[in-house]
Amino acid sequence: MSVTTPGMTVMNGKMDKSIASSDERVRRISPWRALLNRPEFGSMAGTLLVFVLFGIFAGDSGMFNLDGVMNWAQVAAYLGIIAVGACVLMIAGEFDLSIGSMIGFAGMMMAVPAMFLGWPMWASMLFAFAGCMALGWLNGYLVVRTKLPSFIVTLAFMFILRGLTLVLSTYFSNSTIVSGVGDKVTADPIVRALFQGTTGHGVFSWLANLGLIDKLPNGQPVVNGLPKVMLWWLLMAIGAGFVLSRTRFGNWIYMVGGDDNAAKNVGIPVRRVKISLFMFTAFCACLFGVLQVADVGSAAADRGLQKEFEAIIAAVIGGALLTGGYGSVLGACFGALIFGVVQIGISYTNFDSDWYRVFLGGMLLLAVLFNHYIRSRATTGK
Amino acid sequence: MTVNSNNSNRADAASDDYILQLEGISKFFGSVISLQDVTLRLRRGEVHCLLGDNGAGKSTLIKTLAGVHQPNRGRYLIEGKEVHFKSPREALDMGIATVYQDLALVPLMSVARNFFAGREPTRKWLGVFPVMDMQHAAKVSVEKLAEMGIHVRSPHQPIGTMSGGERQCLAIARAIHFGAKVLILDEPTAALGVKQSCNVLKLIHTARARGISVIFITHNVHHAYPIGDSFTLLNRGQSMGTFAKNGVSKEEVLDMMAGGTEIQGLVDELEGRAAA
Repeated sequence: MSVTTPGMTVMNGKMDKSIASSDERVRRISPWRALLNRPEFGSMAGTLLVFVLFGIFAGDSGMFNLDGVMNWAQVAAYLGIIAVGACVLMIAGEFDLSIGSMIGFAGMMMAVPAMFLGWPMWASMLFAFAGCMALGWLNGYLVVRTKLPSFIVTLAFMFILRGLTLVLSTYFSNSTIVSGVGDKVTADPIVRALFQGTTGHGVFSWLANLGLIDKLPNGQPVVNGLPKVMLWWLLMAIGAGFVLSRTRFGNWIYMVGGDDNAAKNVGIPVRRVKISLFMFTAFCACLFGVLQVADVGSAAADRGLQKEFEAIIAAVIGGALLTGGYGSVLGACFGALIFGVVQIGISYTNFDSDWYRVFLGGMLLLAVLFNHYIRSRATTGK
Repeated sequence: MTVNSNNSNRADAASDDYILQLEGISKFFGSVISLQDVTLRLRRGEVHCLLGDNGAGKSTLIKTLAGVHQPNRGRYLIEGKEVHFKSPREALDMGIATVYQDLALVPLMSVARNFFAGREPTRKWLGVFPVMDMQHAAKVSVEKLAEMGIHVRSPHQPIGTMSGGERQCLAIARAIHFGAKVLILDEPTAALGVKQSCNVLKLIHTARARGISVIFITHNVHHAYPIGDSFTLLNRGQSMGTFAKNGVSKEEVLDMMAGGTEIQGLVDELEGRAAA
């Protein structure tokens, strides 16, 4: 007994220490397993898969040259902006089917006052943002007030806004397209600086002079700058990701989406959170619309068609749950990247581009099944 | 009825240090009388069990205490002062914390995030941006839970990986940490097994030892009797009286509950039929 006692003491001392620092019931999880349990893992794996596939089938086609990269990255950036909005809203347990129509309507709200009512461009740009966010507020207000599924409320707005876009366009311009907006944007320094064209020409010329970027025959680099839409995507993704993962409001978003009754019982202003996220989604859709009008130079009644589904698909591929409470902005961005690579990349391969939708549908199904599996593992701790 | 009035007289004589009182509360929903002239007095630092079968009015009483419902008649006093809560928030601000059966926890979120839900600790990031202080949240949630005798594996594990008993304990510990003076527990042992129920009862004991007054709502006398200091029985919206533990046996409590006589009736009937 006297021999074992000191040994026991040592052991107890050791155990106390280990309890203080960590629980002995915690199994060490390898970094690989920890990565597997993250919401964005599926989309990261998907992105890798897509890059490998296109690397094999289109590796020598110029798809991965700088100008090719700019092509698909720009498509991804446009979608990425609305995917961020859709993702955050989906984490809060709601979704918005009016995103696509909102894009078209935003473009019209920007084009019509400037072209037909004599407004300065910057004023109609602000008008478009204010109008879209007011519509986002209305969407959110109707959803939280009536407690109807957001599916049905925003489905109504999907048709209302698409219809209004067409009505506005034909009333003012007698066609489904309002053109000539590009010149007015170029003439307005604020709107041009914010939304039109590319930036960082100096850097790209410098890189071209160093021989790191190919030059066109006229001496200009093949890519003249970074499209501003990409900077907006980066800004929105970082901003939303930061709010979601690091701030109080982010915790509220997860709580509201996870269980809105629980959120209400701990004193979170559930309605305010939801309405503000509908407004944020509308803001993202408007940003898409305004960037597109500035880039293409016209507003049209069919802009943003089916974009609501693409945004939701990108968010779901990114690991967001349709039922809310789970997901990540980073994941949604990878989801958007997959879209860009596949949509543009398929024309670089020998495949018929008609296969694009088949591929995306398959990707969505795969992602949903995969995420379902990962989530059930993460929550049951297996 | 004589038992009732005698008992409440005795209670008055013993001590009138009540932290919370409902005096002759009635609550109607349209033509439905949900509570009729109910009196409930909670002494400081006691565990007061509220017993009643389904439909006895327990839920309405909880919601009245929590500030969700406003009584149609009667008075609600906290530390001797009459209060009129307009919302659950006001009750919470006075230290009246209610842990409902759904616990207000989100399974997919971590222990730390759930623990601080709605009351997130913040710090300034880069001296400018207010961000959630996750390290503080993780540290405090583990510490506070350990103080209450609950050892979570990791503050980052999702609530979904915890057992029902652990979740119940977490919800109670959270309410205590955020300054509950009166803890109202709505059927905390209803969905739990024997051992887990035992853990919850231990936690109620810990809470009482820290000077917190507890209203423990249940229909299970076997859970209520060991931990309770006094018992109020509710039947069909009316109080059948309040009894101190030393004045009543477990069997008597069981008999007085709506189920007691009915079960006895059923037993008699079954035995009678078997005899015939």
